[in-house]
Amino acid sequence: MITIDILCRTVSGLQPDEVEQWVGNAWLHAEGAPGHYRFRAIDAARVRLIHELRHDMGIDDEALPVVLSLVDQLYAARRQMHRLRRAVEEAAPDEVRQAILGVLAGSLK
Amino acid sequence: MAARDPYEVLGLKPGATDKEIRAAYRKLAKKHHPDLNPGNRQAEEHFKEISAANELLSDADKRARFDRGEIDASGQERPERAFYRQHAEGQQGRRYPPGADGGFGATFDEAEIGDIFADLFRRGQGGGGAGRAGPNMRMRGRDHSYTLAVEFLDAVNGATRRLALPDGKHLDVRVPAGIEDGQVLRLKAQGEPGMNGGPAGDALIEIRIIPHPFFRRDGSDIRLEVPVTLAEAVLGGKITVPTPSGNVSVTVPRHSDTGAQLRLRGKGVSAHAGKPAGDAYVTLKVVLGTVDPELERFLQDRVAPPAANPRRMMTGDA
Repeated sequence: MITIDILCRTVSGLQPDEVEQWVGNAWLHAEGAPGHYRFRAIDAARVRLIHELRHDMGIDDEALPVVLSLVDQLYAARRQMHRLRRAVEEAAPDEVRQAILGVLAGSLK
Repeated sequence: MAARDPYEVLGLKPGATDKEIRAAYRKLAKKHHPDLNPGNRQAEEHFKEISAANELLSDADKRARFDRGEIDASGQERPERAFYRQHAEGQQGRRYPPGADGGFGATFDEAEIGDIFADLFRRGQGGGGAGRAGPNMRMRGRDHSYTLAVEFLDAVNGATRRLALPDGKHLDVRVPAGIEDGQVLRLKAQGEPGMNGGPAGDALIEIRIIPHPFFRRDGSDIRLEVPVTLAEAVLGGKITVPTPSGNVSVTVPRHSDTGAQLRLRGKGVSAHAGKPAGDAYVTLKVVLGTVDPELERFLQDRVAPPAANPRRMMTGDA
C-alpha cells in the first residue's frame, strides 16, 4: 500500500489533486478516507495507465470512462478465458484437450 | 542489443519539430500501449522503444546531445515498471469489474458462469447440429456409422451393393473381395457435412456377412461337404461340384470313402489385398439314398463276411 505522495513521485507529471478526482469519478479505487488514501499495486498501475491515456494518448475526460469501461470488459473476458483454460487443463482428459486443440487449429484455416 | 535510432522508431526525419514528435508518439502509443493490447506479447517491447525514443527527443537537451552524437539511443531505458495488464489479468483484477464506473452496463458477477462458459456448456450438452460451435467456426462434420449385410458370395468375390440411408438417400458401397465379417469400410466425406466450409465426416460401414448354406470360410480357403453315391465312391468318376466362382467338374478317385478330401486349387476366395486366391476343399460324404434292389439282393446273397467292422474301435468287437 502506498500513499498518494509516493504514487505521484513514481509517475512524472502526476498531481495529487488529479488522483483525488479520479477516485471521486470512480475511475480508480483507493483504501481509506479522502486525503488519506492508500493504493494497492494494481491501483498504482491503473493510475499510470490513466495518466498515459490522458497525457500521452490525448484521451479527454469525456472519452476516458468509455475507454476504461472497454478496458475493464477486455480484462474480465481475459480472466474468464484464463479460468476456462485452467478448468480444461485440470478437468479434461488428454484426448479431450487434444480434440479442443484440433478444433482450434482447424478454425484458423 | 543496440537501440534503434529514435527518429526511425517514431517514423520521423531528423529535423522534425516538437509538435511532429509529440503527434507521432501519441499515434504510436495509442496503437501499441501494452495495457490496450493484453494479448500481444510484443506490445510491451514495442511500447518501451517508442517511449524511450519520445523521452529522448522530447527533452531538448538530450535531443541536442544525441544529434551531436554525444549520446546514443541506448542508455535511455526506463526503469522496469509493472504494466496494468500484469495486475488486471490476475485475481486482483476483479477489483475493477466491468460496469463499475460511470454506470456502464448491468451488474456483472464474474464468479457466476459468464457468457463464455455458458456457451461452452450449451455446446457440451451434445445437442448436435446447429449452434454446436461459434457462428464462424469451421468444423468437420461427424462420422456416420452404418451396418451393411452382405451375401457370402459377394464377400468372397467382391461386389457393389447399395446401402439405403435413413434420410431416404443411398450410398453405393464397393465391397472388396475377401472382406471379413465385422470389417469396417470408411467412405470419405460421406458422413455429416462440415460447418462453415469444414470438411464432411466419413461414413463408417460395418460389414455383416450372411452365412452360406454350404460354403464355409476358412481364411482364404473355402470348405464344403459334397454328397456322393455309393457307386461314385466305390467306382470313382467325374462329378460336378459348386465353388464360389461357379460349378466345376472334379474326378472322384476309386474307393473314396466319407471324409476324403479333394483340393481345388485357386477356387477359394479371390485374390485380394496382396494375398493370392485361396483353394476350395471338398470333403466327400457317401450317402445311400434310395437303395437299389439289385444291390440289396447282392448283399443278401453274398456269402463272405464283411471285410471289416467299422465300429470295432467303439464296441471292442472283433
